[in-house]
Amino acid sequence: MVETIVGLKKRMEIINLNFYYGNNHALKNINMPIYDKKITALIGPSGCGKTTLLRCLNRMHDLYPNNRYEGDILLDGTSIFDKSVDLIELRSKVGMVFQKPTPFPMSIFDNVAFGLKLKGIRGSELKDRVEKALKDAALWDEVKDRLKESAFSLSGGQQQRLCIARSIAVEPEVVLFDEPTSALDPISTAKIEELIVELKKTITIVIVTHNMQQAARISDYTAFMYLGELVEFGHTEKIFTKPDKKLTEDYITGRFG
Amino acid sequence: MKLKTYRKIVNWTMLSIASLMAVYGIFWLFWILGSLLINGFKYFGPELIYLDPTPAGVEGGGLRPAFVGHFIIATLATILGVPIGLMAGIYFSEYGQNSKFFRVLRNITDIMVSTPSIIMGAVVYAILVKPIGHFNGLSGAVALALLMVPVIAVTTDEMLKLVPQQMREAAYALGAYKWQMIKSVVIRAAKVGILTGVILGVARISGETAPLLFTAFNNAYLNLNLMKPMSSITVTVFNYVMGPYHYWHEQAWAASLILTLGVLVLSIVARLVLHGKITNPLAYMFRRIRKEA
Repeated sequence: MVETIVGLKKRMEIINLNFYYGNNHALKNINMPIYDKKITALIGPSGCGKTTLLRCLNRMHDLYPNNRYEGDILLDGTSIFDKSVDLIELRSKVGMVFQKPTPFPMSIFDNVAFGLKLKGIRGSELKDRVEKALKDAALWDEVKDRLKESAFSLSGGQQQRLCIARSIAVEPEVVLFDEPTSALDPISTAKIEELIVELKKTITIVIVTHNMQQAARISDYTAFMYLGELVEFGHTEKIFTKPDKKLTEDYITGRFG
Repeated sequence: MKLKTYRKIVNWTMLSIASLMAVYGIFWLFWILGSLLINGFKYFGPELIYLDPTPAGVEGGGLRPAFVGHFIIATLATILGVPIGLMAGIYFSEYGQNSKFFRVLRNITDIMVSTPSIIMGAVVYAILVKPIGHFNGLSGAVALALLMVPVIAVTTDEMLKLVPQQMREAAYALGAYKWQMIKSVVIRAAKVGILTGVILGVARISGETAPLLFTAFNNAYLNLNLMKPMSSITVTVFNYVMGPYHYWHEQAWAASLILTLGVLVLSIVARLVLHGKITNPLAYMFRRIRKEA
């Protein structure tokens, strides 16, 4: 079912993963690689488990009771479920950007500095890293004169780019995007897509999207999920032009979902 | 067409009823404040605050022991009550959500908000007045602090719950520990609401009489010793209103007016601070004074 591409480095690997919300079996036996410095898109109809899978990758589900994982996820070859894994460290390696922009109630500068300060970075290094992150997120020119202003004074698209700057500032290996453009207008969406493509030079990206055109435009690999199962995984081009499964074809051509 | 007219009539009727009810409520409020202003005017002035009371029956004098005592008791109650209330609220919202025990405790706190204040007085009488042997200012402050804790805990909890869960997750996703997340993200996001709760708590205790009757009691002389009976505005007003002299009644009106104005000033300052108009109240006052000079 899962096509493994030879000669590509796997940054993460999902092995026989099952996930339960209490008694609800939400993910069923998922196997898939996440290739280094590529964009992997997760697509599928609402409720198919894309976001659930994404949130397994940085163990966000651990915040709530009665959630249970079975199987394994490897990051750089070691299990993220190992008892020796520090969740704090895992989450600074695997960052996350949410559906709605979530700026913190503080200045633009402090938003980006938040994760860096947690790591004990201070002084001129802090300033440099904030500047670099804002430049990498293509936001620097718009905010360089108003770093002290509240982050809520930014537009929705700018807020989302600020959140991206915030997560890349701590130099994660992987960034998870949970429908990052679904609350934004087309122009902001285009900017964010451009930015995500730019980021893959240094960072591995997993993105959940409802928008199939978006998956086709920006991703290198696509995973199609349905009812908690991974139906098909492969090169984006292949998934969108000649998928192996009838179900995938039906979804892509808009016959359901 | 007929339906449209019907809807218009319903709309108009509802608006009228709602407006009338609002006017009805505000009318009584203004009546109370109005009579307070009119009756409190005669003795209103700084003398009421800095003069000691005259011997009973001799007109004149002020209520210095009551103002000083009230200030001490209310301040101490705030110092004791606010941190406990805040911490309890934070615990309810951020740590106790998944524990049945703390959910029950949270509901009990809800009930505590409307406990008759005289009960708090009786409780503190048993634990701090009876063992010590006489009424004292400290027990008054503790009784008021106990009244304040549930008010602040409940509002803090409600306000923290309004902070979107996604904001918490975003902080976790950056590698924050729970306390870092609470301290620098959640509390900041809810600070306006939390401070409103604190002001409500302070305002609530500022006008309490019943719990002080059993605890701080009263003192005709100026007393700064917390272990001795201490006078307060509310208890003094209560006694003066029951008293036989006409000027006592007028002084009680004036003292009530000053207390009301005090709470008003407190809430105005707090609102200005919250909306960022003043970052440092003292510096702001200083600037205003210099500007006027």
